[in-house]
Parts: sequence; C-alpha cells; structure tokens
Amino acid sequence: MTHSKNIALFAGIAGLIILTGFMQSWNSALLILNMGLISAIMAIGVNLQWGIAGLFNVGIMGFLALGGLATVFVSMEPVPDAWRAGGAGIFLALALGVLTVVATIFAFKTLPKGRLRTIGMLVILITGFFVYRAVFDPAVEAIEAVDPAVTGYLGGLGLPVVVAWPVGGLLAAGVAWIIGKTALGLRSDYLAIATLGIAEIIVAIMKNEDWLARGVKNVIGLPRPVPYEVDLQSSASFVERVQSYGLDVTTTSSILVKLNYAVLFALFLGVIFAMAQLALNSPWGRMMRAIRDNETAAEAMGKNVTKRHLQIFILGSAICGIAGAMMTTLDGQLTPGTYQPLRFTFLIWVMVIVGGSGSNLGAVLGGFLIWFLWVQVEPMGYFIMDILTMGMTDGSPLKEHLLDSVAHMRLLTMGVVLLLVLRFSPRGLIPEK
Amino acid sequence: MDFLNAIVALSNFVLVPAIAYGSQLALGALGVTLIYGILRFSNFAHGDTMAFGAMATVGMTWWLQSMGVNLGPLPTALLALPFGIMAAGFLVLMTDRMVYRFYRQQKSKPVILVIVSMGVMFITNGIVRFIIGPQERQFADGERFLISARDFKQMTGLDEGLAIKTTQAITVITAIIIVALLFWFLNKTRTGKSMRAYSDNEDLALLSGINPERVVMVTWLIVAALATIAGTLYGLDKTFKPFTYFQLLLPIFASAIVGGLGSPVGAIAGGFVVAFSEVTITYAWKKVLGYAMPDSLAPDGLVQLLSTDYKFAVSFVILVIVLLFKPTGLFNGKAY
Repeated sequence: MTHSKNIALFAGIAGLIILTGFMQSWNSALLILNMGLISAIMAIGVNLQWGIAGLFNVGIMGFLALGGLATVFVSMEPVPDAWRAGGAGIFLALALGVLTVVATIFAFKTLPKGRLRTIGMLVILITGFFVYRAVFDPAVEAIEAVDPAVTGYLGGLGLPVVVAWPVGGLLAAGVAWIIGKTALGLRSDYLAIATLGIAEIIVAIMKNEDWLARGVKNVIGLPRPVPYEVDLQSSASFVERVQSYGLDVTTTSSILVKLNYAVLFALFLGVIFAMAQLALNSPWGRMMRAIRDNETAAEAMGKNVTKRHLQIFILGSAICGIAGAMMTTLDGQLTPGTYQPLRFTFLIWVMVIVGGSGSNLGAVLGGFLIWFLWVQVEPMGYFIMDILTMGMTDGSPLKEHLLDSVAHMRLLTMGVVLLLVLRFSPRGLIPEK
Repeated sequence: MDFLNAIVALSNFVLVPAIAYGSQLALGALGVTLIYGILRFSNFAHGDTMAFGAMATVGMTWWLQSMGVNLGPLPTALLALPFGIMAAGFLVLMTDRMVYRFYRQQKSKPVILVIVSMGVMFITNGIVRFIIGPQERQFADGERFLISARDFKQMTGLDEGLAIKTTQAITVITAIIIVALLFWFLNKTRTGKSMRAYSDNEDLALLSGINPERVVMVTWLIVAALATIAGTLYGLDKTFKPFTYFQLLLPIFASAIVGGLGSPVGAIAGGFVVAFSEVTITYAWKKVLGYAMPDSLAPDGLVQLLSTDYKFAVSFVILVIVLLFKPTGLFNGKAY
C-alpha cells in the first residue's frame, strides 16, 4: 500500500517534469531535473540532522557556500604570481591566528579561575590579533594587486572539478566540527540562531576576502566535468549524427550536456541515498532515533549523546557541502552575492518537512517537488494573474503592479505549502516508518 | 582642545549612531523576548513583522504626504505610525488565529512552533514584497538634522563637528517613551501583571483564573506595536528595504539572548551591548586616536578592527561568548 503510494508520488513528479518538457522546453525540464537532483542531496543532508537526530540547523547556506568555495580551490588554475606575492604571508598569518586561539584555550584550561585568567586570555587574544593583522594585511594587499581584473586571488589546484565535490564535503565537515564543538550543547533554538549566524559569517567572509575567491567579483568559468556545447557543435561527427536524426544542433547539444550532468548527479544521489538508507536502518541509526526521541533515556542507557550529535552534525553538513559543490559546478561560477538564507537555508527546510522528516525517500521527493514549485510558481502565477487582470484596462497602474508582483509569489507559495503540510500532514508526504 | 575634539569625534561617529541603533535593536528584541516569554518559542517571523508594520506606515506616510499633511520639522511617518501598528496588529492576530493557536492547543514542542514561524516568515516576506516590492523606499521628510556638523563647528569653534540627525533623536526619544509605557503596563496594570504571571508559571496562572487567550492576544498586539515602531524608526534612520529587516533578525536575537530570553530589561541591555560592540569594532579609530594621542604616537593605518561587512560576526561572537559562559544571559532569562 505505502509502496504504491510512494511510486505514485514519484511518478507524479516525473510526470510534472515531463509535462514541463512538452509545454515549455526540454531545456527547462532538464534544468529542473538537475537542480532537483542536487536539492534532493541537500534535503538528505538536512534530514539526517533534523529528521534522524533532531538537530535544528539553519545554517545550511553556509555549508553550501563552503562546497562552492571548494570547487574554486580544487578546479581553478593556480595563480603563481599571487602565490609568490603573498602566499607565504597568508598562511603564516592564518597559522598565527590558529596559534592565538589555541593559546587562549590553553590559558583558559590551565590557569586558575579568576582575574589573572581573564586578563591573560585578553592579552593573548589582543596581541595575537594585532600580530595576525600585521602579517595578514600586507599579504592580502599584495595578492589582490596581482592583475585584479582577472585574478587577484590565489587560485586553485587545477584538478578535475569532480574532485571538488568530496573536497567540498570535507571542508564543510571541518567547519561543522568547529561549530559543533562549541554550539551543539546549546538548546535547540539557540543552536538555530548560532547556525544562522555562522552561515551569514561564512558568506560574509566569501564576499569580502578577495584573496580567497575574488569575493563579489565572482569566479567565473569554472571547469566542467562534461563536454562544452560549443565543442559539440563544432565537432563534425556530432553535427552529422544529429542532423541525420533531423534534430536542431544547438538545442540537442545543450540537452545532451544537461543529460550528462543529470546522469552524473543521479549517480551521486544514488550513492548518498543508499548510504543514508543503510545508516538509518543500522544499529547506529536506531540509536540516533532513540536519542532524538528521548535524550535522557538514551543517556541513561550509556549513549554518549553529545558525541553522537557531533557525529551526525558533521555528516549532514558534509552532505550539504557536497551538494553545494555540485551546485556551483552546475552554475559554472561562484557568486557569493547570490547566497541568501531564504533560498539556500529555509527552502531546504521546506523540502525536508514537506517530504517527511525522518524519511530519506521523503527528503528526495521533497527536494524534487519543492524545487519544481519554486521554479514553476512564477510562470503559473503569470498565467493566473493574466486571467485575473483580463478585465482591467491595459496599462492601468493596478494591473501593472499585480503583474510585476508575480515574481514574489514563490515566497508566499512556499510559506503556504509549509504551513499546510505542518497542519494537515505533519509527518510529511512520505512519513517515517 | 585635542581632547575635546576627540570626544566630539567619538560622539559623532560612535556614540550617537550606536545609541540610535541600540534603541532600534532594543525595541526589536523586546518583541522577540515577549513572544518567547508568553508563547514560549523563538519567533523567526519577527523581522518580517517589522517589515510589514513599517511597510504599512510607509504607505500611509505617502498618502498623507500626497494629501499635503505634514508635521513640519518632524517626519510625517510619526503621524502614520498608529495606522502601521493597527495593520501589523491585524496581521499578527490573524496569523495567531489561523496558524499558531492550533499548535498552542496541541501543546506542540517549541521547536515545531519555530518551524511554523518559518512558514509565517515566508508568507509575510512574500506579502511585503508583493505589496511594496523589494526595492529601497524613501519616506523620511521634515528637518534632516537637529544639529548639523557645520552649525556645531561654528557654535563651539572646534575642528570636529557633531551631527545629530532628527531621526536619531526621534528614535531615542520614542524608544524611551515606549519602554517606559511598556514597563508601566507590565508592572502596574492588571493585564500586564497577568502577562508576567503567565510567563512565570503557566499552570499557576491558569489556576488563578487568568484567561490565556486574552494574555496571548494582548501580547501579540504589544509585539506588533513594538515591531512596527522599531521597523519604522530603523527605516527612517537608514532606509526602508524589506530584505534588511530579515537580516536584522540575527542582531535582534543576539540582543534578546545576550540579555536573557524572556527578560524585558535584558532585551534592552542586550540591544545596547550588541549595538555598541558592532559600532566600536567596525569603526575606524584613526581620527579619534589622532586627537587623543600625542602626535608622535598617532596611528598610520585606519585602526579598524574589522571591516563593516563583518558586523554580523560581532553580534554573533558576543552571542557565542554569552552562551558559553552564561547561557541564561546577563539578566537570567528563562529556558523552556
């Protein structure tokens, strides 16, 4: 019974995407499919944290952005001049920064409680900060002066971009470890505010530290894991083959590229989904759910709640990091200015809740469904508004305003969908077993 | 003379802006803390409630301006404020009736209510953008300055000027009046006392015959008023743009938590702590230090600890420090 319902739900999504192909274009249908695949991975990551462990993380945007950063680190060509100009200085400064923090923590742990400790920690922090800035600032200036219109940053390692996906996961996991160590002991809504803040800080760093990834000047032209449309179009054998089927070369090449992406993403989604499913049904998964349902009881049974929470927080964030790297790869550019919490944090939450928290299959479904709505609400809104405003005279201010405002319908729709699901089907479309 | 110049520069660039910003944060944080105290959840939609109230005020201000009504030197928005409060009050009462009440009756866990408030946030945000659009909007009028930098220099003969914008003065005065009214209400009136009783101990309050729905309704109305006033003052001081209110959520929550969630005094203290830290840490101290220190020691660089783009980081670091060392906040908030 539940099986046939699940199949029907997924068939429904597939039908919607195929319908898009027939009614709009196959290009837009495939775009929805590709971002849907990535969204499904994001939703699995969040579901791991919230659905299985009950951790309230609203800093998803930060982890996605870290994944995007990883694609730049891994796949862009290095900028040797910038490395010569300030590479050593930057790393020395960062090492000094870490040293300061470690020394402060050391002082906190070893010195006896009291005024001496407070003053000692302050002295270490303040001296460390100024030493750090003294080394850091000139190095940054030197790097950013290297051909600022094109580079002005350290560049990456020049490796294939697919390598960046797991690296993005690792980067996100590393940051999640730091956050988890400090914030996981907090109550759920404090954790929420803390993660919200960290996500903002990560994006702020990416926007302002130009030496890192050019900041708001964006890194464009990231290498691709799939062929370029132009290369296909200029390949004689490809053109010949396509024309023999009687198809348009330009459209076919772009569809083929997108299909290529889709296969790659589906492969990753499949692996991550299988792992998440295995984890969920393993003894480890059962323990996690036991902790979620009753922390005190689980603790009394000898489970180390803090450690388990840290573990799953890191895992979930790593999955978000992978998804973030994939998304930046699909975009072909890193644009820190476009990271906004409504789109990259709260929308993922809607996916998880609507799909069914605690169920991986639900997360995948929610990822596809909500992404489809997010994209298609606008054209649907225009369609409805056109009918509604049919009686009004053309050019009347109200009609213009209504038509202009359709673009904001998607936020409204997401809110309504979230509230409706929470109210009438709080366990989501595919509930946890 | 240099010393006086230093003080004037400090006031002009740090103290005055921080006091105005602190008042705005305090008003916002009061709203968050009241919801937390009475309804027992962190309201993520608060920033957007502020945007909605401010939007209604902006709309009314434009209408008044087009009718030729104004307050002379004061901004017309003050006249439109009651209308904005009414609109925001209507909005929050509607959402409470249609959304929150159900979960209250179900006795849902606070975290579910937080997620519900995320949905409300989306909807309110959508409504605001739908009605007024996402652009920046100007609605301030009247005198721009209470004291302009040039007048101040002429008056005192100092090299540094002290400018106080009308909006800054209005912000501080309004905030003082509102806070005084709120504390009078909470401490002296019957409804206010029943609100505090309900916040302290729900069961006991219910036993002594307090009507919970009435307490909740009054709370929402007060919160709507606080949010609208905070939102309008912020919009007058800076500029009205729907998205900035969403971004204010972080410093507002930081203020409320630093002061101690559920504690009104704490919310005010937290607002000023956060505002002063943000402004002092992101201010370039070159000028002030140049006056205050002997010439030989005058700094070469800007002496700016962090660039202004990192002001989120400041409120956040304060938040983390307080949470790690004194999780209940400076004024012993509650924990549900």
